[in-house]
Amino acid sequence: MRAALLASLVVFCAGAALAQTPPLAVSPDAQGKPRTLQENIEIGASTNEISIASDFRGADFTMFGALNNADQLLLAIGQYDIVVTLEGPNEYTTVRKKSRVAGIWINTSAITFAPLPESYSMASTRNINDIASPGTLKAMGLGVEHLPLNSAVFSGVPDNVYDFQEAYRRLKLASGIYRNDTTGVRLERTGLFWATLRLPANVPNGVHTARAYLFKSGMPVAQRELKLRVVKTGMEQAITNAAHQTPVVYGILCVLTAVITGWGASLLFRRD
Amino acid sequence: MTVYLPIAELSVNVFIILGMGAAVGFLSGMFGVGGGFLITPLLIFYNIPPVVAVATGANQVVASSVSGSITHFRRGTLDVKLGSMLLIGGLCGATVGVWLFTLLRSIGQLDLIISLLYVILLSTVGGLMLKESISAIRRTARNETIPLRRPGHHNWVHRLPLKMRFKKSKLYLSVIPIIALGFAIGILTSVMGVGGGFIMVPAMIYLLRIPTNVVVGTSLFQIIFVTAYTTIVQAATNYSVDIVLAFILMLAGVIGAQYGVRVGQKLRGEQLRALLALLVLAVGIRLAIGLVVRPEDLFSVAVGGLGY
Repeated sequence: MRAALLASLVVFCAGAALAQTPPLAVSPDAQGKPRTLQENIEIGASTNEISIASDFRGADFTMFGALNNADQLLLAIGQYDIVVTLEGPNEYTTVRKKSRVAGIWINTSAITFAPLPESYSMASTRNINDIASPGTLKAMGLGVEHLPLNSAVFSGVPDNVYDFQEAYRRLKLASGIYRNDTTGVRLERTGLFWATLRLPANVPNGVHTARAYLFKSGMPVAQRELKLRVVKTGMEQAITNAAHQTPVVYGILCVLTAVITGWGASLLFRRD
Repeated sequence: MTVYLPIAELSVNVFIILGMGAAVGFLSGMFGVGGGFLITPLLIFYNIPPVVAVATGANQVVASSVSGSITHFRRGTLDVKLGSMLLIGGLCGATVGVWLFTLLRSIGQLDLIISLLYVILLSTVGGLMLKESISAIRRTARNETIPLRRPGHHNWVHRLPLKMRFKKSKLYLSVIPIIALGFAIGILTSVMGVGGGFIMVPAMIYLLRIPTNVVVGTSLFQIIFVTAYTTIVQAATNYSVDIVLAFILMLAGVIGAQYGVRVGQKLRGEQLRALLALLVLAVGIRLAIGLVVRPEDLFSVAVGGLGY
């Protein structure tokens, strides 16, 4: 009786372990031993809200996490990679191209891309092109090079869509709103990792999504995400709210400020 | 020290903005102009979005015009009736202008139109002023007397119907050119963020032959109301007035203007006009170069879709 119970328990445990065995997407490890547990990651962040005050000059966002059920050998030889991204709110974005018309440079053609993150920061343990194949990254839409730039609206005669896509990436990277830090993630032998992402001063307001991807030997095996809110605070918040919710009152206040400033100065410097 | 502009949504160096405001204030005090035609291009050169630069420029002109007009109001050197007629045209023009502004913004040609308008206006006005002031300087050098305005000398403007009597200006003039002038200036205020004094003053003197003693006061009267109205309408339609930016500019501007006035009093009128003309021309040429020289990057990125 007791032996039967023990046996069934063993069977049950084996079944549970079997259920944990990953699907075919995960390749066997270096020794070819079948895996018993799927790797996964836990993540946390330094903050879930970044506030923009009058002295805002950008901010750092730190994400930390732990790699569970990692194969110690693979970890030791650097077969695990972590990629961390922070994406701003998605918006339609238009790229315009100038050309010469009657001696003047004018915007003549444009492409609007389907909603793309307004800001995009990425950090990784090494260059993502060394982590995974272009096909894998493309399928995931991971990295500035692989963001899905789908044209939504054309205007004029955009001769070459590729030029517009390339210009989008180049300009976004040049303005610092898109960033790519190939050494920004540190993955320790203990399976702990942390990443610091820089948010520029012109970071868009709204809900940002921070994601962490775990790659094992070039294949994505786990993914986690969390939300980060970027909000204006204090006076900045009050001004933005006033400007958008009660625009007429706000406009009148702007005028009053101007009248008082002008009047005050002429009283202050009056010489008669 | 940086300060975050809540509407422009970017950080700027507060000392650069203060310096800009003070320099433009100094020049505006020296020449007796609002300075909007300098502030808006400067802000655009400093990467402030043109939408915000134009609307905020209009707000800044309110402060400098109020500051400049107090003396005129106290001395009564303005024609309220004439000013009100200009104002009617101005308010209509500003309304049309804001509508145009929103339209141009949505089709992506706002920056071009702003630059083009600046180039055309600044080079025309600057050129005319330079020509006029140089001949005035030559006349003074040769000790010639300035030919007085012959009474009874009329141009086509004075043959228009709907005449009205303006006692203060001692004029009997059709309201059509007055309202038209106000209308044109109103459009410029809302599309370019200028007060328009640098166009209105010469137009009033040479075209409408309004006596010079009431011209500046009357144009300031009109400018205050039109720029105030434009600020409110821009705030209500494009949400583009940045009060933090405007306040820094106007604070530095009104102080700079006080020193500019003192320097201006030491210079002769025609010399001042020649200097102003050169300044206006320089800004115009700088913008013209920006239009004709091949840009470093042919592409530009903007958040928002076509037709939004």
